[in-house]
Amino acid sequence: MTTATPTRTAPVRNVSRTGSPDESPRAAAWMLAPFVILYVLFIIGPAIYGLLLSLFDTSLVRGGLGSFAGLGNYQEALASNDFWSSLWHTLWFTILTTPPLIVLAFVFALLADRVGRARWFFRLAFFAPFVIPSAVVALIWIWLYTPGLGLIEAGLGWFGITAPNWLGDPAWAMPSLAITTIWWTLGFNFVLYLAGLQDIPHELYEAASVDGAGPWQQIRSITIPLLGRTTTLVAVLQVIASLKVFDQMYIMTAGGPNFATRSILQYVYDEGFTNFRVGYASAVSTLFFVVILVVSVIWFAIVRKQEKVA
Amino acid sequence: MSTQSTRTLVSPRAVSRREAAPTETARKTEYDRRVKLFNRICLGVLIGFALLWLLPIAWALDTALKPNAETTQVTWAIDNPTLGAFARVFTETDMLSWYAASFITSALTALVTVVTGSMAAFALSRMKFRYKNVAFWFILIGIMIPGQVLIVPQFREFDAVNMLNTFWAVVLPQAPTAIAVFIFKQFFDGLPRELDDAAKVEGASGMRIYRTIAMPLSRPAVAAVGIFTFVHTWNNLLWPLLVLSNPKLMTVPVGLATVQGNFGIRYADTMATALLGALPLVAVYLLFQRHIVRGIAGTGLKG
Repeated sequence: MTTATPTRTAPVRNVSRTGSPDESPRAAAWMLAPFVILYVLFIIGPAIYGLLLSLFDTSLVRGGLGSFAGLGNYQEALASNDFWSSLWHTLWFTILTTPPLIVLAFVFALLADRVGRARWFFRLAFFAPFVIPSAVVALIWIWLYTPGLGLIEAGLGWFGITAPNWLGDPAWAMPSLAITTIWWTLGFNFVLYLAGLQDIPHELYEAASVDGAGPWQQIRSITIPLLGRTTTLVAVLQVIASLKVFDQMYIMTAGGPNFATRSILQYVYDEGFTNFRVGYASAVSTLFFVVILVVSVIWFAIVRKQEKVA
Repeated sequence: MSTQSTRTLVSPRAVSRREAAPTETARKTEYDRRVKLFNRICLGVLIGFALLWLLPIAWALDTALKPNAETTQVTWAIDNPTLGAFARVFTETDMLSWYAASFITSALTALVTVVTGSMAAFALSRMKFRYKNVAFWFILIGIMIPGQVLIVPQFREFDAVNMLNTFWAVVLPQAPTAIAVFIFKQFFDGLPRELDDAAKVEGASGMRIYRTIAMPLSRPAVAAVGIFTFVHTWNNLLWPLLVLSNPKLMTVPVGLATVQGNFGIRYADTMATALLGALPLVAVYLLFQRHIVRGIAGTGLKG
């Protein structure tokens, strides 16, 4: 479109008139096809199929869709205590993990940005856990939490604090999983904040320090407001990631003790693959999808508003 | 470093002020001293937290180097350090075949995602065709659908065609990532159009421009999408757990989750297994640190 000289546009037009493949719809179709075929077969297709399944009494062990249930599966889910309690566990986990994962990541990034030195070391310390598989994280933390032999219990005992039975006590199991998750995933938010901090022009701080603003004042009046967008991004990605929790519970507590840590995804897993109730599990998946969709829509609304202000 | 640069930049102004008013100088040095002290405290706090963050891994390593019998004492000291636990991992678990399975599925997923995603993105960014907007929105929907809500229908799909317990069952549902298309599209949109116009003059086809111009210029996007897909596939537990029940085909996370209880109270062996399970990805991180960090900062990719 933006060729430099008019002499050059002429041959381009010639080429296209003689049927440059770039202009032909078939070429574009060939380029799109591999992705679109996979996408339809494994994402869109299953999404539609899942919606369909949620309307039937489908079982994993019998073939076919089973009998038509209408909205029966949805009604059952919405009336089920197990559904609501697993949804609540998921929300509780999200509430326990999101604020610390935002605040700590922000504070650590701020400190690392101020210190300036040895950034690779801090990035290694905070970010390396994020690339480790959840199963490894779970094994290490089960060991750290082991009653009588765990390092955390011994460490707290050193300060004269009696440790709870971390994963064994229904009241403490979820906070324990939250602590593990904070350790595991903080590095991601840390890196996002570090990048946001680097985008703030240094002249702003210099101007402020010439005016005699102390470090704390600079943070409050420059850093925090200018990181507003990063915070929105971090918060939404974090909420969605926390809502999708499954691994930690599955390995560390198997949803226990007494189902106190069963997340919504594990409820889907249990109903669909242990109780073979495919139709019902699909309905629960759909309801879960609606929750995530609502969060995403709220995010879009906030970003729109921020862009208008900026 | 940042404080030093700040000071040198500020100093010319400070010098001019010093000449004007000597009391200003005293206030300035007092201010500098406070800033210095504040930065020291920052460094101290940060080092403290960093060490706290490294503690679990250090403790796992310490435990793995003990003989199993010694792990009942909660102490950092090791009386008889041994690599026996690491050796036993290879004789008692299928760790090597887990590595292979994870590597094959992750590399294959990354490859398919990069190739199909970038091709589709090129069509959306550079080619003219009818229904382009429809295609764009159709793919955009995919960003909204988390893979986890599709496990039930996807499982039935692979069950119906008898493809459970194959690597394809792991790879195929994870390969079409809508977000990858958008990352590539954004990157292609930023490349100067003069380049493909020049190639078009010489009669190059769309596919050829994609292969010889767009892709070679898009290494950062290829690295970001490729590495992230690789790490994400490697770490995924839920989906491979569902489709892989054959121990020889299990990926590292699935294998670890299945043997989790097998070691019982042999904590040194358990920790050695965990650490060896983490090793490949820690290596990937150390090798591609810059790409990973830049990729996150540029795209906000998350599992």
